[in-house]
Amino acid sequence: MIQLEHISKRYIGHGGSVDALKDVSVHVEKGDIYGIIGFSGAGKSTLIRMVNRLETPDSGTVTVDGHRLAELSKAELRQTRRKIGMVFQQFNLLESKTVFQNVAIPLILEGADKEKIAARVEEVLHFVELEDKKDTFVSQLSGGQKQRVGIARALATEPTILLCDEATSALDPQTTESILQLLKRVNREMGVTILLITHQMKVIQRICNKVAVMEVGQIVEQGSVLEVFGHPQAEVTRRFVRTVINDQIPESILDLVHGELRHYRIERLKFIGASVKKPVISEICKTQDLEVNVLGATVQEMQDSVMCVFILQLFGPEEKILQAERLIDEAAVLRERVEV
Amino acid sequence: MDNILETKIFNVTLERLLLNGGQTLYMVGWSLLFGTVIGTALALALVLCRKGGLAENRVIYTIVSVYINVVRSIPFVILLVTIMPITRAIVGTTIGSTAALVPLIVYISPYLARLIENSLLEISPGILEAAQAMGATTPQIIRYFLIPETLGSTVLGLTTGTVGLLGASAMAGYVGGGGIGDLALTYGYEKMNTPLMILTVVILVILVQLLQLSGNALSRKLREHR
Repeated sequence: MIQLEHISKRYIGHGGSVDALKDVSVHVEKGDIYGIIGFSGAGKSTLIRMVNRLETPDSGTVTVDGHRLAELSKAELRQTRRKIGMVFQQFNLLESKTVFQNVAIPLILEGADKEKIAARVEEVLHFVELEDKKDTFVSQLSGGQKQRVGIARALATEPTILLCDEATSALDPQTTESILQLLKRVNREMGVTILLITHQMKVIQRICNKVAVMEVGQIVEQGSVLEVFGHPQAEVTRRFVRTVINDQIPESILDLVHGELRHYRIERLKFIGASVKKPVISEICKTQDLEVNVLGATVQEMQDSVMCVFILQLFGPEEKILQAERLIDEAAVLRERVEV
Repeated sequence: MDNILETKIFNVTLERLLLNGGQTLYMVGWSLLFGTVIGTALALALVLCRKGGLAENRVIYTIVSVYINVVRSIPFVILLVTIMPITRAIVGTTIGSTAALVPLIVYISPYLARLIENSLLEISPGILEAAQAMGATTPQIIRYFLIPETLGSTVLGLTTGTVGLLGASAMAGYVGGGGIGDLALTYGYEKMNTPLMILTVVILVILVQLLQLSGNALSRKLREHR
């Protein structure tokens, strides 16, 4: 659906040049909710703007729905843009106009007739649950309602792709959740492919099926959300994962651990998807006769699956502990020994 | 005292007062209309062609900007006499209210252009980005995004411009354009009629107050929902 191939972009400013993007490739399939996560300055805003050519690459190609954007004429580019909706962090609505007028704008630009505009606006406002706010001025709406108008406007022309530029970053947690659920419905019920950028791990965790992690103009990791967050490789990915899944031993417990005189090992176990069902912990207790102390545990829902992290303190003789480690590895549960 | 128009106020007839008042409104009204049209065109040229604008064009930007600065640096009285040949070519004469329109429009349109430019630049870049993302053409961006979103601020700018125009129109009396300024100079100053001069000042003050009040009210109405 969207192919970004070897995209590079350099900005030349007063203080020298900055590589905003360095050889970035991203492939978004039809039906994906693809998330790009990174801290500010990672280049993700520049990257998402390549898809509707608000930014042009210095090198590399952008293909959307089979069309290479660089080869389109101005008029063809406008046509393509009308099939790509975009939602912004700051909403970018017309403050002097009503909700209806805002949502109608893309249709007016297309030259649609009045009845068609009225019918379509009604339809999308119903979808975003704002039909009762039709004649309200945008300035009188809350942030969450404004973003709903933004989404309705982006959907008015029945796009196949929706680009979300930090769509929930200006909203409180509760409103963020409702907007994320709305985006999920847009994806499932309207069949719209979504490409979003964010610095909030929660967004990726709640709705994305694929993710790319960006740092200083490069993609450091990409793949399915479970894959990337189950086995984070890069430090930046680990930092993001930690914002939603705490896999560290709490400070207060650490002191107790340091005071322990018996022989022990600490293991961090990650259960993802199917491995959640395996009774590994009771097995090592029974067969290896180890004493098990839980130092930390978290469960997180992710992409319609779950990911659990357990931090265990195992007491017993060294050979029994090694035996237990083997059992855990055989059960395909991710394990790492933690030194404290 | 059979005709009310013959009533004398400070040695001038009411008819004279009304006639000159009408001439002022005529000059200000028409030059405001044409000045706004030309000023908007110049302002759009500046905003669209500036660095980072929607249709970046250094040549056009520089030409328009320099033209505006040149005209704005000429005092109105000098501009009035300098462009007399042009006025004659367009209107056929250099005397009268209609002839005064030419220098007034030439004088006020660059000023209005700067005021409108300031308003247009107030638009958030995000709105323009959203417009482009929707596939809007440049004329569509101007019509549906740029002008409506900055209208309240533009009205305030135009009000300021109109007050300046009223001042300039007073000087147009110099070329036989008539108007309230002419009344003050010809009937007041030259005939040493001080009360009449004070009356004209009072009329001008009231006019400016009314202009500013209605400009503010209109702008507030347009911005009400922002």
